[in-house]
Amino acid sequence: MKPAPVRDLLVGLFVAAGLGAIAYLSLQVGGISYKGPGGLVLYATFDEIGGLKERAPVAIAGVTVGQVDGISLDAELRARVVLDLDPALELPVDTSAGIRTAGLLGDQFVALEPGGEDAMLTSGEEIDFTESALSIERLIGRFVHDAGVDE
Amino acid sequence: MRAAAIEHLGLRSLQAVAHLGRLAQFVGLLLLHAVRRPFRVRRLVNEIFDVGVLSLVIVALSGATVGAVLGLQGYTTLSRFGAENSLGSVVGLVLVRELGPVLTALLVTGRAGSAMAAEIASMVTTQQLDGLRMMSIDPIDFVVAPKAVAMLLVMPMLNALFIGFALFGGYLVGVALLGLEGGTYVTSMEQSIDFPNDVAGTLLKSTIFGALVGVIATYRGMVSEPTSAGVSAATTGTVVIASVSILVADYVITALWGI
Repeated sequence: MKPAPVRDLLVGLFVAAGLGAIAYLSLQVGGISYKGPGGLVLYATFDEIGGLKERAPVAIAGVTVGQVDGISLDAELRARVVLDLDPALELPVDTSAGIRTAGLLGDQFVALEPGGEDAMLTSGEEIDFTESALSIERLIGRFVHDAGVDE
Repeated sequence: MRAAAIEHLGLRSLQAVAHLGRLAQFVGLLLLHAVRRPFRVRRLVNEIFDVGVLSLVIVALSGATVGAVLGLQGYTTLSRFGAENSLGSVVGLVLVRELGPVLTALLVTGRAGSAMAAEIASMVTTQQLDGLRMMSIDPIDFVVAPKAVAMLLVMPMLNALFIGFALFGGYLVGVALLGLEGGTYVTSMEQSIDFPNDVAGTLLKSTIFGALVGVIATYRGMVSEPTSAGVSAATTGTVVIASVSILVADYVITALWGI
């Protein structure tokens, strides 16, 4: 079969577009891009994590700096959350972690609030100050209960 | 009378088993010729043109429409719960996990698989394959293997393009028509889809579907009766068997590996 320049060009373009689409799905949509090598791994223990899931974002001042890498139950029956963060971050040892909700019905994420100490957290260390997830049902329950007591 | 019915059943069972045996032999031959020299690169490029480039328009068009419809339907349902902001993740997940690979495979079956079977069947009818054999050219190597391999290679690419166009269609409806915020739509989509669970799954599914369609179309063409009716039966048979196989395989893959 003889070479046919136009057909070969079209096939080349098609293959390039196809591989491009696969790459787009894998990297952009699938998000295997955010996996920095040797990330800063920190642990945090919460009384209540609500609907927090693995791969939920971790944010400082609303800027995503990492993700939740694992959730497990520790020996004291509290939730132990593994955070995988950008290794370039320098977080003071008195940084606190809280579980927040994006909007009223949005997904939950971990918000970090840097403290003021000079010593910095290194990989593998524990964040001591944690704030559990806010449960709307519990809040409403408390509100109704308090209202009842006032009367 | 009853004995004749049972005899008939026995004959049909034997025929089915014989068909499966020949199919397995055929797949073995295909694999052998796919990895053994000579590599028919020109033939393969030609087939990729037929299966891939010529199917691109229908795949793109269907993708954009399916994405747009998903956007509309999803919006109506989600807005009932005030969760319109999750539209991106709903549209994305449905497309990547299910609709992308299945619809692409069905479209390609109708557009290219039927043509593939018809071409081979008419070569059987006009004894062109015998002609090749007389010149000591193996028709499986020269005609059949490039077609089946092209189908296998092209399917994941068409699937990815289908999903790309569908995401674009969904974005157009969600953001431009229904007034959702573009950033929210894209972020909710990108956050709910991840590579190992969803994207790798969609590529695996479409590759399996590509192999299925390629094998069924070429096999059905090769075993067709050498008559005009045989050609049409091969075409119809390919579309029916391949479509059903795709849907059954989709269920099995999803049940086995949860993708």
